[in-house]
Amino acid sequence: MTREPAHMNPARSFQGLILTLQRFWAEQGCVILQPYDMEMGAGTFHPATTLRALGPNPWRAAYAQPSRRPKDGRYGENPNRLQHYYQFQVILKPNPPDIQDLYVKSLEAIGIDTALHDIRFVEDDWESPTLGAWGLGWECWCDGMEVSQFTYFQQVAGFECAPVAGELTYGLERLAMYLQGVESIYDLNFNGLDGDRKVTYGQIFKQAEQEFSRHNFEYADTDMLFRHFRDAEAACRKYLADGEPEAGANDNRHLMALPAYDQAIKASHVFNLLDARGVISVTERQSYILRVRELAKACGAAWLRTEGGGLASA
Amino acid sequence: MPDLLLELFSEEIPARMQRRAAEDLQKLVTDALVERGFVYEGAKAYATPRRLALNVVGLPVKGQDVREEKKGPRVGAPDAAVQGFLKSAGLSSIDQATIVSDPKKGEFYVALIERPGRATQDVLAEILPAIIRSFPWPKSMRSGASSVEPGALRWVRPLTSILCTFGPETEEPEIVRFSIDELASGDITQGHRFMAPGPIKVRRFDDYAPSLQRARVILDADLRKDIILHDARDLAFAQGLELVEDEGLLEEVAGLVEWPVVLMGTFDDSFLAIPPEVIRTTIRANQKCFVLRDASTGALANRFLLTSNLVASDGGATIVGGNERVVRARLSDAKFFWETDQKVRLEDRLEKLKSIVFHEKLGTQYERVERIAALARELAPLTGADPDLALRAARLAKADLVTEMVGEFPELQGLMGRYYATLQGEQPSVAAAIEEHYKPVGPSDTVPTDPVAVAVALADKIDILTGFWAIDEKPTGSKDPYALRRAALGVIRLILDNGLKINLRQVVDGHLARFAANRSETENAFLVENLLSFIEDRLTVLLKDQGARHELLGAILGRYSLAAGSQLIVIPERVDVLGRFLESDEGKNLLAGYRRAVNILRIEEKKDGRSYVEAPDADLVREHGQPEEKVLSEILETTARHSREHVMRGDFAGAMLALSELRPAVDAFFETVTVNADDNRIRQNRLRLLSAIRETMHNVADFSCIPG
Repeated sequence: MTREPAHMNPARSFQGLILTLQRFWAEQGCVILQPYDMEMGAGTFHPATTLRALGPNPWRAAYAQPSRRPKDGRYGENPNRLQHYYQFQVILKPNPPDIQDLYVKSLEAIGIDTALHDIRFVEDDWESPTLGAWGLGWECWCDGMEVSQFTYFQQVAGFECAPVAGELTYGLERLAMYLQGVESIYDLNFNGLDGDRKVTYGQIFKQAEQEFSRHNFEYADTDMLFRHFRDAEAACRKYLADGEPEAGANDNRHLMALPAYDQAIKASHVFNLLDARGVISVTERQSYILRVRELAKACGAAWLRTEGGGLASA
Repeated sequence: MPDLLLELFSEEIPARMQRRAAEDLQKLVTDALVERGFVYEGAKAYATPRRLALNVVGLPVKGQDVREEKKGPRVGAPDAAVQGFLKSAGLSSIDQATIVSDPKKGEFYVALIERPGRATQDVLAEILPAIIRSFPWPKSMRSGASSVEPGALRWVRPLTSILCTFGPETEEPEIVRFSIDELASGDITQGHRFMAPGPIKVRRFDDYAPSLQRARVILDADLRKDIILHDARDLAFAQGLELVEDEGLLEEVAGLVEWPVVLMGTFDDSFLAIPPEVIRTTIRANQKCFVLRDASTGALANRFLLTSNLVASDGGATIVGGNERVVRARLSDAKFFWETDQKVRLEDRLEKLKSIVFHEKLGTQYERVERIAALARELAPLTGADPDLALRAARLAKADLVTEMVGEFPELQGLMGRYYATLQGEQPSVAAAIEEHYKPVGPSDTVPTDPVAVAVALADKIDILTGFWAIDEKPTGSKDPYALRRAALGVIRLILDNGLKINLRQVVDGHLARFAANRSETENAFLVENLLSFIEDRLTVLLKDQGARHELLGAILGRYSLAAGSQLIVIPERVDVLGRFLESDEGKNLLAGYRRAVNILRIEEKKDGRSYVEAPDADLVREHGQPEEKVLSEILETTARHSREHVMRGDFAGAMLALSELRPAVDAFFETVTVNADDNRIRQNRLRLLSAIRETMHNVADFSCIPG
């Protein structure tokens, strides 16, 4: 390790952990992105993963993404569960042959000594029904604790990934709790400082967890949300249609894949909120998931007809 | 004789797939060799989380030489034919062929082709890539830059290197050279990911396995299992505890490590307030750890055993600490569920079942529970249960599906219901029925015996069967997504093991009415009969497995079908009685007489284009009959009556005995009486007598199913 100031040490600072991972993956040639500016259930929804996984263009990116799981709210009372938490996401396309070694090195970079800790790769295949995506991989264990998800994307938005991308997702809070040796997320040292200058995770987020749990389970305006879902769905379809080239044009390029995909992200999050409010029955649930998947698929198809999706290089 | 060593080194292979993959590798390679005429002395395959390895010993250096004579055209044939022959035989000039003379065909060319056997190594280089490319993984994937290519390798996880050597033990073996995408075979493997990373050069199996062992890899899964089991037992013993053995977990854990190191962890005593099954399930499912119990009391101990993949520099203290943290968090969750669940009574959870769809065409779990409860109440008198208790147990049977605990661990359904029912003061038999109503789950599972549990278990299964028949979602071929065969077998075992006198026809008829639908009476009857015949098929399979003969089952079910309202319980016993009767001399002779009667009848009825089922004319027999005919006529009347009475009373053995009274008269009749008498009136009456024999016997069992 370089001579970082103590408060940047990933074993005592939450932000130090994020910064260390960013630096590590930057050194592997990743672009370090900032979080996507929309509410989403997981880092995978970020267009830098979902859309960039499609098409032939090579791509390496890493970023922290706030993730919202409205149903996981516990009013700030459960030491292990949050409705808003951070994922650190890495995508390497195509996956390099040494991606597993790189992952292990990233653990070493954050202070996990592989001579002391038991690192394991335990089968865990990944599937996202809303994204029409699946891959094979593992949950990565450190001393019996799941600290990351590791997936080789095979399909996204219903399309084969060619080439395959490797995706790593670190559960930052859980990893930090282990590194810092605390039993509650809220006790995490966020800035790595001591005494008066120390800021904990709880100081920043506990109030938000309480308020948003109330919102997610009790007060979120369901009529409005149902409307938002329909609106997002309609907007997505509209932008997909609007982005089509004019009839007769000799360029087949799609012009609005990204704005359309934003609406798919929105629909997905609104659905999660409605689900948390308990207003979606089991049978309806399936049909909502399907509706979001249809949007994601259509956006994926549009993306493949853009420059980012490889049209120019195809 | 040379040996083959093959190692396919990859990223972590799912534990559940390793053993099968090793078996497949061995079979595919050895089959391919044998198919090409290469015999071998022995083969063994191995799997670790990161590698599949195969050792084939005693292979020949090369295949058999082949000498073949190839017949060509006749001498003087057109040049095109000669040229074609030269090409196919690999000759450059016709001078190389010999001329053979045949008295019929004249003179023609023959080429003697000698093909030396191919080097085994070359054949291997051809076989192995094909096997690797088409390897039967349950799930496989593409990876890396080459994944864009059509036909890119699919492996269970990325394949990272291939080791393949071939050669005799006295010499330096050679690399069998082939490539898969960008991967070329070589003679290098790697040791343990963390304890001995780096390349290891390998010659053959004899140095491969020991090199790996030095590099902290135990190649043989069974050896890893042994180590884990023995270390676990020893660690437990040292603490005065006993390992709760778990073969499935052991197999899985052995597939998660290359170098097993068993370590003991502790959790807080206070967690022992949670039911032991919950602790075990939590620790097993999430942490893949073993639990321990007190050797003398059998009570669960506050210890667990984890299997790490590392000899850690601190003796494992950090690893144990980390695992203890996770176990603590998991058990805290479980304890929270256990305590929260107890705050809501089971009956107050029923409302929530309304939001759980059981099946889109069969409504919610709530509706299902209502049906099961009504049926269980009806069945209670037949199982000897108090109807109110059966009703209560059925009402509560599914309530635990909406508890936190079962939400987290679905495999604890039933068991948690029982715990919560006991805690809220339900009758013991009600609580037990909540757990046991899912039973028997498989052919080897135990069958409930408590009358309340039996009533609810039966109702549960009859409901699922009737329901899926009502919406026409029956099992087809190998597809049985709702496990309806298992449900039918459950019904059968519940009835047989508990000796229940139940008319399934009535029960199913009644229960079908609980599924609203626009069906005619005829459609309903067809549906019920179809379901009952499905149950009969399962019964047939079960009884055949227990040694019952197919034809006896046919004879009994042909007469006493469930659709006709027969009780299922009588069937095995009657099959048995019928079997014993047919083995006795009485039975054998009677059957012979029966067959003779039936054969004659078949021929004559066909000839006359009519049947002779009407009763024989007794007066005619009295006036014109031979004495044997008279005796038969009289005895038929009494036998028919007696056997019918016995059947009605359910005394099947008695009915058999009654039938055997027929035997001497039938024998005597055939010995002296000619059926086809000249007088057609007498002939026809005799045919009616034969028909009466057939009817009398068919009234007891369908003897036509018994082949000659």
